[in-house]
Amino acid sequence: MCRIAAIKSRNPLPPAPVLQMMIAMQKGHDNSGFAMVMQDLDGVFAGRKDLPLLSMACTPAGLEQADEAMDRLGFELQFDWRPEVDPSEQLDIQRMPLYVFRNYQYPETFRIRPMEERKKLLVDTRLALRKLLAESNQGYVYSFWPDVLTLKEIGDPRDIAEAFHLWKDNQPLQARVISAQCRQNTNYQIVRYAAHPFFLEGYTLMGNGENTFYQKNRDFQQRLNPAYTGFESDTQCFLYTLHYVVDTLGWPIQYYKHVITPLPFEEMARRPDAPVLQEIRQACQHLEINGPNTVIFVLPDGKMGIACDAKKLRPVVVGRDDDMVVAASEVCGVNMILPDRNSEADVYPGERELVIVDSSLEVQRWPQ
Amino acid sequence: MAAIMEARIDQEQIKKNGHGKQEKSGFPYAAKVFVRDSNAVDFPWKIAWNSETCIRCGACVATCTFDSLQPRLQRRGRSVSVGNLPRPAEAADVMIAVRQVNDLAHYCRGCGMCEKVCPTGSIRPVANGRNRFPVVARKGGSPIKRGGRAHLIPGRVLDSIKVGRISQMTDPSLDAARHTFDMLTALGRGLPADKLPLKVEDGRLVSTGWSPPMHWVYPILIGDMSIGALSWRMWEALALAVGYLNEEYHLPVRMCSGEGGMPVKLLTSKYLQYMIIQIASGHFGWNRIIKAMPQMVTDPAAILIKIGQGAKPGDGGLLPAEKVAEHIQAIRGVPHADLLSPPNHQGLYSIEESVQKMFLSMNAAFQFRVPVAIKVAASSTSVSVFNNLVRDPYHIVGGFFMDGIQGGTGAAHEVNLDHSGHPILSKLRDCYLDAVAQGRQGQIPIFVGGGFGETGNLAADAFKAICLGASGVFAAKIFLQIAGCVGDEKGRCNACNTGLCPVGICTQDPSLVARLDVDAAAQNIVDYFLAVDQELKKLMAPIGNSSLPIGRSDALISMDKAVADRLQIGYAC
Ligand code: SF4
Ligand code: SF4
Repeated sequence: MCRIAAIKSRNPLPPAPVLQMMIAMQKGHDNSGFAMVMQDLDGVFAGRKDLPLLSMACTPAGLEQADEAMDRLGFELQFDWRPEVDPSEQLDIQRMPLYVFRNYQYPETFRIRPMEERKKLLVDTRLALRKLLAESNQGYVYSFWPDVLTLKEIGDPRDIAEAFHLWKDNQPLQARVISAQCRQNTNYQIVRYAAHPFFLEGYTLMGNGENTFYQKNRDFQQRLNPAYTGFESDTQCFLYTLHYVVDTLGWPIQYYKHVITPLPFEEMARRPDAPVLQEIRQACQHLEINGPNTVIFVLPDGKMGIACDAKKLRPVVVGRDDDMVVAASEVCGVNMILPDRNSEADVYPGERELVIVDSSLEVQRWPQ
Repeated sequence: MAAIMEARIDQEQIKKNGHGKQEKSGFPYAAKVFVRDSNAVDFPWKIAWNSETCIRCGACVATCTFDSLQPRLQRRGRSVSVGNLPRPAEAADVMIAVRQVNDLAHYCRGCGMCEKVCPTGSIRPVANGRNRFPVVARKGGSPIKRGGRAHLIPGRVLDSIKVGRISQMTDPSLDAARHTFDMLTALGRGLPADKLPLKVEDGRLVSTGWSPPMHWVYPILIGDMSIGALSWRMWEALALAVGYLNEEYHLPVRMCSGEGGMPVKLLTSKYLQYMIIQIASGHFGWNRIIKAMPQMVTDPAAILIKIGQGAKPGDGGLLPAEKVAEHIQAIRGVPHADLLSPPNHQGLYSIEESVQKMFLSMNAAFQFRVPVAIKVAASSTSVSVFNNLVRDPYHIVGGFFMDGIQGGTGAAHEVNLDHSGHPILSKLRDCYLDAVAQGRQGQIPIFVGGGFGETGNLAADAFKAICLGASGVFAAKIFLQIAGCVGDEKGRCNACNTGLCPVGICTQDPSLVARLDVDAAAQNIVDYFLAVDQELKKLMAPIGNSSLPIGRSDALISMDKAVADRLQIGYAC
């Protein structure tokens, strides 16, 4: 089973705290990989929050291909940052030749276009690059969005952190929202794309447990949006559902919970909004989560959310101090970085609630 | 007139063959053979009767509804001792024997009722596998008719499919006894989420207008069997069971009326909500239904427009005059005669038209509050039909019921029963995958029937169909069997067309109907449903699902490669 953890903090943080949480929870994963999405960036990307940031791992040939494509589309390179990667043979990590993090300026024609059109351009561009590099087998494109950085690597998380110098507190990668996962690779071939957190149009999500409705979810999502693609991991489905419910349908976030874990019919029938809930259940029956899953997600406005499956088969805990809220699969992860917090105030989200952490770091518990 | 052939066999011949018997007189043995007269070898069942143990009570003869047994007197020779100095002599007794009647009007159906009632176990029907029935039974130029089910279906595909994906570690199995299972399915037209009439008001979704009617029902429905095809008591037992399951166990099982209407008392009671009213091409019973509308206190669960039936696709309904008793005439509003529903709805020549006319008028009749579904026979063309309905622009097609070749019927021509029709599973899969390809799965729920529960294991059959994409299944014969029907797929009984059902299930003869204990039949059906409900949970729990796994074909494997490939599920050996 994967272990997941996320931090939402008032002040910018390096990746070290999430890594510490991962190490604390390492009994639950097999050290086969580490993936991280950083949002609300600071550090080296601080001054470029409005510019889309491309996160990519590739070969030099792959970079050349991507460069050409970006040129053709009219994107202008604004900032190029490459992490120093420790080449030591001793580290258990399957390095890619290049790790590319670049800010681009929008093509001229798009600079004054409405956000909706720019969003579409960014997604289409990412998908096109991904396809290009997949076809030539020259690399992976993870995200292309303002103020969002993605790193996914195969290997032992400690060694990955070592190689990328992620342990250092004083370092270029800093963010106020960090989501990370260490993987337990049970079902799928080790594919970089299969590592969560997954990101799409401002929505980040990671989860654990197996998605028993993976096939149903995937069959349905494939036709909903061309950006719902890949499906290398069954957890991707949870992201697409989040995106569909909140972004495409424009439903308030609490309906995500109604879609993924609908109320039992008897309970539903007792509610005044039963007709609406029943319609939602019918229309979204193929988006349900029916297995043992916990999801932690981040919305485009920076709010963090946590939800469990309807039987609460997977644990998750939310702890906090004055400066940060932390969600993790296991309480030992939270203890690791917030040992002095008031643990009585920890929240163990129930099967019928949605926990939302807003921008003022207030932890709200919304009953379904 | 039976033709007689006298066969003279000369002595030479007898010697040569070695099996002849020479008469004392020295004349050659002469056999008189009525070769075209019907004989026990012609018929599918032979009666084995044991004269030694039979106590001559007559129960078998009295019980056989087909008059296939006759008492007759039999002369029996025996040796006796006579005289003061005893010497053997021949004597004879005349005693009663039971004889099988071997004519087309009264041949034995193998129903086994005689065996059931015999107190000494002295009589039983034995299948006569090498009978000549098909070549003798078309006498008078009339095709063979039969009720029941098809007999010539090779293999049973459902049994080659297993639930092969078992949750174990990362996705734990559930506990069928402890967890809550949400086993309802939607009957009615579903809108895609982005077409739902909803708007956000104060952070909540509120309804802004009409959306198609939809009911959450139990995924196993009782298929359409009419009062007429069934005895009124059998129909009553089904209706009672459904009422009981709903009211006492809160299991929202729905039952389809079949073509032929319903008693007004039921139409105007609250129990109408558990009934799906059928309209077929004969429109039988609709006069009463329409007249009862102003008195209805609730809506029916749905309306089912029957276009076709799996057991005899392309053929209309048939209720032989023998079964059109007075009460049937009253319910259906017809005289005493053979009742034939036309093979198609007169005036509907295309799917588009059927959507517009039939669906609209049925929807309008109940003011768009009741889902209107359609039932067709599975066919090579099912996907096109389904597709046309999926595109229904008015959102008024509330369900697609598809019936396969293994479905049953009250009466049909044998040639149709055995030789026409389409197995259900591949068409279910095709239709579901077609909906998937369009991103429209679930918008028109697919319900399938035809052979579900044939081996008695309805839960397993239903579960597999659901994983293949069905929103639910409908079953019928199994409930008759639970009530006491003795018919099977290998030719036992299947005399539903004769009006002589030996167990009172599909006859209107009051003396036969009296054989059926309504309460016991209803109780058995209730018990069966409760067991099926447990069994469904026992199948859902190991795959870790508490909601119906509609379309979760990854849970299935087949041990038959061809089946696995055709249904796009895993092959395992
Ligand atoms: S098996 Fe049925 S049909 Fe045949 S003789 Fe016995 S009672 Fe009559
Ligand atoms: S017992 Fe009755 S219902 Fe069953 S097959 Fe025979 S005639 Fe038909």
